[in-house]
Amino acid sequence: MQSTAAVSVSASATASRGGARSEAARRPGGIRVCGLRGEALTCPSLRISQAPARLAAARAAAAANGAVAGSGGGFDYDLVIIGAGVGGHGAALHAVEEGLKTAIIEGDVVGGTCVNRGCVPSKALLAVSGRMRELHDEHHMKSMGLQVSSPGYDRQGVADHANNLASKIRSNLTNSMKALGVDILTGVGTIVGKQKVRYGKAGFPDKEITARNIIIATGSVPFVPKGIEIDGKTVFTSDHALKLESVPDWIAIVGSGYIGLEFSDVYTALGSEVTFVEALDQLMPGFDPEIAKLAQRVLINPRKIDYHTGVFASKITPAKDGKPVLIELIDAKTKEHKETLEVDAALIATGRAPFTKGLGLENINVVTQRGFVPVDERMRVMDADGNVVPNLYCIGDANGKLMLAHAASAQGISVVEQISGKDHILNHLSIPAACFTHPEISMVGLTEPQAREKADKEGFEVNVVKTSFKANTKALAENEGDGIAKLIYRPDTGEILGVHILGLHAADLIHEASNAIALGTRVQDIKFAVHAHPTLSEVLDELFKAAKLQPREGRDSKPR
Amino acid sequence: MATAPAPLSLSASTLPARLRAGAVPAGARWRQARRGRMVVRAKIREIFMPALSSTMTEGKIVSWSAGEGDRVSKGDAVVVVESDKADMDVETFHDGIVAAVLVQAGESAPVGAPIALLAESEEEVPLALSKAQELSNGQPQQAPPAPTEDAAAAPPPPPAPAAAPAPVAAGTKGIASPQAKKLAKQHRVDLAKVTGTGPYGRITSADVEAAAGIQPKSKPAPAAAAPSVGAVPQAAVLPPVPGATVVPFTTMQAAVSKNMVESLAVPTFRVGYPIVTDKLDELYEKVKPKGVTMTVLLAKAAAMALAQHPVVNASCRDGKSFTYNSNINIAVAVAIDGGLITPVLQDADKLDIYLLSQNWKDLVKKARAKQLQPNEYSSGTFTLSNLGMFAVDQFDAILPPGQGAIMAVGASKPTVVADKDGFFSVKSKMLVNVTADHRIVYGADLAAFLQTFAKILEDPESLTL
Repeated sequence: MQSTAAVSVSASATASRGGARSEAARRPGGIRVCGLRGEALTCPSLRISQAPARLAAARAAAAANGAVAGSGGGFDYDLVIIGAGVGGHGAALHAVEEGLKTAIIEGDVVGGTCVNRGCVPSKALLAVSGRMRELHDEHHMKSMGLQVSSPGYDRQGVADHANNLASKIRSNLTNSMKALGVDILTGVGTIVGKQKVRYGKAGFPDKEITARNIIIATGSVPFVPKGIEIDGKTVFTSDHALKLESVPDWIAIVGSGYIGLEFSDVYTALGSEVTFVEALDQLMPGFDPEIAKLAQRVLINPRKIDYHTGVFASKITPAKDGKPVLIELIDAKTKEHKETLEVDAALIATGRAPFTKGLGLENINVVTQRGFVPVDERMRVMDADGNVVPNLYCIGDANGKLMLAHAASAQGISVVEQISGKDHILNHLSIPAACFTHPEISMVGLTEPQAREKADKEGFEVNVVKTSFKANTKALAENEGDGIAKLIYRPDTGEILGVHILGLHAADLIHEASNAIALGTRVQDIKFAVHAHPTLSEVLDELFKAAKLQPREGRDSKPR
Repeated sequence: MATAPAPLSLSASTLPARLRAGAVPAGARWRQARRGRMVVRAKIREIFMPALSSTMTEGKIVSWSAGEGDRVSKGDAVVVVESDKADMDVETFHDGIVAAVLVQAGESAPVGAPIALLAESEEEVPLALSKAQELSNGQPQQAPPAPTEDAAAAPPPPPAPAAAPAPVAAGTKGIASPQAKKLAKQHRVDLAKVTGTGPYGRITSADVEAAAGIQPKSKPAPAAAAPSVGAVPQAAVLPPVPGATVVPFTTMQAAVSKNMVESLAVPTFRVGYPIVTDKLDELYEKVKPKGVTMTVLLAKAAAMALAQHPVVNASCRDGKSFTYNSNINIAVAVAIDGGLITPVLQDADKLDIYLLSQNWKDLVKKARAKQLQPNEYSSGTFTLSNLGMFAVDQFDAILPPGQGAIMAVGASKPTVVADKDGFFSVKSKMLVNVTADHRIVYGADLAAFLQTFAKILEDPESLTL
């Protein structure tokens, strides 16, 4: 889809956007066959590529909108972004594309949490754990006719792989911004007044700059509940864990969300035993219950993992004086002491807290809520009186809407669209999420209970169809038949409400569904899209084809 | 299962809508009506491997949702079973305590095999455990269950061996690692009695394995590992033949192989008997148009003879006692593609030959479609194997575990016979050969039984009554 858009736009680089659209729309058949909307070609959220031709077209369009003056119109910059994580980076790139003079302020390292202490290095560890898991699964190997003798690993080598990956992605990010002419300013940024930011490093004089628009993208840090003493060696957060300085025999993971689950995958693959401590009554809260149940069956029960649910870790003491790590568990409801665990290490994965201190929000009458910057649906910052603060936006973990790197980036792009004079509201329900366990879990849109609740409220019906990876040729060829995909949709309109996948490469498979939701493609249209055989994508193909609609007279079979 | 008391209750059912037909391209929908059965004895119920689809012959336990010692209520999902199509949650149909898991997660069991025992109350848990012991010793979990339940003859439960350790409570003193706990549960090791050797005196999985007497998996030992107590020694694996094709056993073939090897543990003997069949052949010609087959006639005759010689219909389960079956169920060996199965004509002594013929037709049809329910192939009390149609004149059969005797029938052929006055005549004669368990059936018993059997066949009018 993206390539379609890029081709048609660059082919008409000199034409206006409207021209590009109509040209694309005129191409016989193409649109209908793919079930894509003509409008999709101009859908802002899709234009992330930096093809020069597209840039030119975008500039032309921006100029036509009259919203942007290349110089900044009396301001030092059109846009200043505080925080160079994935969100800030996405916004900066898009701002350049829109012809905005852009600066980005970074107080730590470019790339933020995701690149340095999050998604990126953890993917390196998970890549290792996936292979270890496979090599150790004698049965799996044997059934494919492979023989492997006693696979092992070198901890430092694994740690280096993760670290090298982070450095590499960090320099890629830095270079891409430099190459496009984004000014990278070093220091901690503080908002000192309307459209005014001060930044500086300790020991250097502060500098003050003005900006037509400001985006706060300061992200988050691991959240550590009270009573937990972090020593970075035996009790630590994901920040430390990603360095993989040790592989404990037995590690307790406090929190069974994405982070905890991914680390359980890493640690068990490297030989640790894991105990989950979850405050809610069920592991993996937040996942679709059916997916969580299957995930427990596939990712927890067969592994060297046990768990305590409905308990808080009220006190965690690091190992010292010849004593192991002590974890006191209290009942989540009654607060009574239940048990004390003795383990070799504890990973605190209880979520993340916004990093918004020192931003100078008090200077502009903004009060954070539990640290999060309050924003409206357009990411405009709201002040203490509930009014929009003009020219100030907040994206990513700092606003807490959806704490995912790509959500931050999408929000950033949405903001840039708005300040370029094109109103844009990001549909958060179209943002996919993934958990990179083996096999992976991914989802987009509503869970089944959420969909049913919404259906009850709004008075429509909800249908669910499911398909198993066991029925997929490619999955079976890989000997990885574990997994399901489920589609939640409206049988009256064919609208896709949610898709949840657990199975091989689920994280890569979800985008067909998330794109469909983003573009408003309906089941009855996408089911005609062709999938190469044999591929894992056919799991979704089967899902779409299995979705039955209510028969209705004169239903519009084409997308609106 | 005719020997079981009448009320058959259901222990497990498929959850109808967990994964719908949408998951299966062929559109094959499992039959929701199919359910595992369970048999009531004392208040211990067996949970059987359910048939989740019409083509399912065995299932793999993906995981136990309920562990040993867990109290479950009717409708709770207790186990997740992987069929050839999907994973299904299987619910219990009874309240109770999961006393013993017979088939562990990751292992497979044929449809109908008991996979766990459900005790109604705490008091019955030790009883269930001893029964589990009995089942795992006497009968391999992989084999289809033979009729073990005979309420009348149920032996008093042996005093609970070693006070059957109750499942580990959460508050054990010794700290045990997650995997150690899992292993302890799996191998029924009481963690309170295990000394931890891990860091800070923690019980590790190695400690539990040592306590359970499991060799640490140092290297993948070849099949000739030390046989566990009570198990039949495995035949040594022969070196591979160059250029030969190796085809692994199907589940059914594996079950046959296992049963055959186990039969070596039973001391059997054989007795042959010639039977004149002219009158039987005449009768057969008469009833053939009514759909009666020779197999049915032979089964009926055997059943009638067994009714007069109950010891031949008995079995020896523990090496110490006779188990007299209250029903006469004739299992008849049928060759099917790539295997052998024994559909059972239940109550063959009571039903008339026309009804039996009808039943037989249904059973054979189901057998060929691999749709037999467990009780339709595993409830036999006596087996009949007929190779007469292949002109085999005589052969002997191997006694299947759990039965007292099996009859091998050869072809009937014209034979010159001399009567007591020295007159020669030509009569049709067939040779039958019975293999029996000499622990319970003695030569004279078998001879008497065969005499009765021959009498019935030589004057077969009684067959039609």
